Amino acid sequence: MTTGVTIEFTSLTKTFGQVQAVSDLSFTVEPGQVTGFLGPNGAGKTTTLRMLLGLVRPTSGSATFGGTAYRDLPSPLATVGSALEAASFHPGRSAANHLRTYAQAAGIDRERVQLVLHRVGLGAYGDRRVGGYSLGMRQRLGLAFALLGDPRVLVLDEPINGLDPEGIKWIRLLLRELADEGRTVLISSHLLSEVQQSVDEVVIVSHGRLIHRGSLASLDQSEQKQVIVDATDRQVLAAALEAAGYTVSPLRGGVLVADAEAADVGRIAFAAGIAVTALSQKRVGLEESFLHLVGEEGAL
Amino acid sequence: MSSFGGALQSEVTKITSTRLWWILAIIMVAYVAVCAGGAAALFGGLGDATNGPSISGESLAPLIYSFGPTLGYVFAVLLGALATTNEFRHQTLTPTFLATPRRGRVLVAKLVALTGAGALYGVLAMVAAVGAGAGLLLAFGIDPQLGDPDTWALVGRSVLAMALWSAIGVGLGVLVPSQVAAIVIVLAFTQFIEPILRLASSIADWTAQIGQFLPGAASDALVGASFFALAGGGGTMLEWWQGGLVLLGIAVLVSVLGWFTSWRRDVT
Repeated sequence: MTTGVTIEFTSLTKTFGQVQAVSDLSFTVEPGQVTGFLGPNGAGKTTTLRMLLGLVRPTSGSATFGGTAYRDLPSPLATVGSALEAASFHPGRSAANHLRTYAQAAGIDRERVQLVLHRVGLGAYGDRRVGGYSLGMRQRLGLAFALLGDPRVLVLDEPINGLDPEGIKWIRLLLRELADEGRTVLISSHLLSEVQQSVDEVVIVSHGRLIHRGSLASLDQSEQKQVIVDATDRQVLAAALEAAGYTVSPLRGGVLVADAEAADVGRIAFAAGIAVTALSQKRVGLEESFLHLVGEEGAL
Repeated sequence: MSSFGGALQSEVTKITSTRLWWILAIIMVAYVAVCAGGAAALFGGLGDATNGPSISGESLAPLIYSFGPTLGYVFAVLLGALATTNEFRHQTLTPTFLATPRRGRVLVAKLVALTGAGALYGVLAMVAAVGAGAGLLLAFGIDPQLGDPDTWALVGRSVLAMALWSAIGVGLGVLVPSQVAAIVIVLAFTQFIEPILRLASSIADWTAQIGQFLPGAASDALVGASFFALAGGGGTMLEWWQGGLVLLGIAVLVSVLGWFTSWRRDVT
């Protein structure tokens, strides 16, 4: 069991010229859990993570690991392991030498290089030049770099991008394992469905602002219910529901009624003398709640 | 623990773990050997044919040996410039700064590592220049002056010049992070602009005073011999140690400028 470190974002703000990429972001990430950092592309996720890692200077506010900024950590790679989205490899250098370079800089035992290469499934390819690696192999090498110092905190930017189904299954297990060992795990993604099975907690940002923070279950807005209803004459049905004050939208197999209970919809149809051919209650899915939260841009 | 020693070790591994350094070294050694050997044969042969060497025997050997730094320095600059621009180009600054968040430490480690690599290039260039040059001088019956301590002082100063040039390359790469731009600047300046400026500066006394501070002129002053100076382009020369200080000053200046313009900026 490793001692946990809490990541703390305090009023973090970054302005690029006229554009406010990150606005007054405050939240904490707790150890022993996998936290998903979600938002559409361009929401400011990568900028936020780069500020956390001391690569980008915040305009104001701070991001720390239990109160210590990244650049003040005595052994950064042994405290925080990170894999950022951009491929950061010299194509002419072998994977093992790539890792060895940074192990030396961070004063990490060189045996860790082979160890982490094996852990990410690249044990047999360590001596190959990274230029010949597939996207999935580069993702794994990025993860090997993150694990190099056996860190207590993992910060991974879009770690699932580019992995094949087998790789996705593998990384889910790995993330779970790391969190269960008491480590703090923060992963970003622009797709909730991609990380839905891995995360315990979610932090959702859009346009650089925090819009939701809570458990994965908290996203399931069960109070918002929808009803799917159908009748031989859909237009009459839709008109009757609209007259009763409901918002309806056409579907291929019927009419979608927002914010409604099946019993109420049935009663309205009955009162209007419409024979209903289908009627079912539908809960708003996680993905839809997510898209609703991040707004229309999220659909991109 | 992240430390300066670790950062330095890391920078050395970065140089040795790709093919660039030995490919550049092979080209440099071949180029210097061919030119030094060729010049030795040419002047050695001329001496015979005209029955009286056009360059006196005593000054010929150092001139031939100075081919090491005067032809090799471009390779040292390129090695240094590529070492830094590669970090920008392949975005390896990200893992570098993650492993060593103290960026000043990284830059100093890089300067030290590349100064060492430049010195190694200097040794290789001098092996090529002295090896090929002395061999051919001997073949033409000219004293290669290998017993003269002045020759070995020249070799030592040449190695120092190459080391400083490599550090200048590092600084230039930080100041001009675009790899293509950095290579173009190195080649255009060393092969074209500076030779013209040096030639032009020899026109008047006051221009010659400025011209001696041009990096190539300073380098020739440090080495203590050069064909360029012989061709009349040298004009006034600095003392050898002044030349060394000028090169060191340039390396520090471009590195400090680069620190402000690129190194300490956001890595996105």
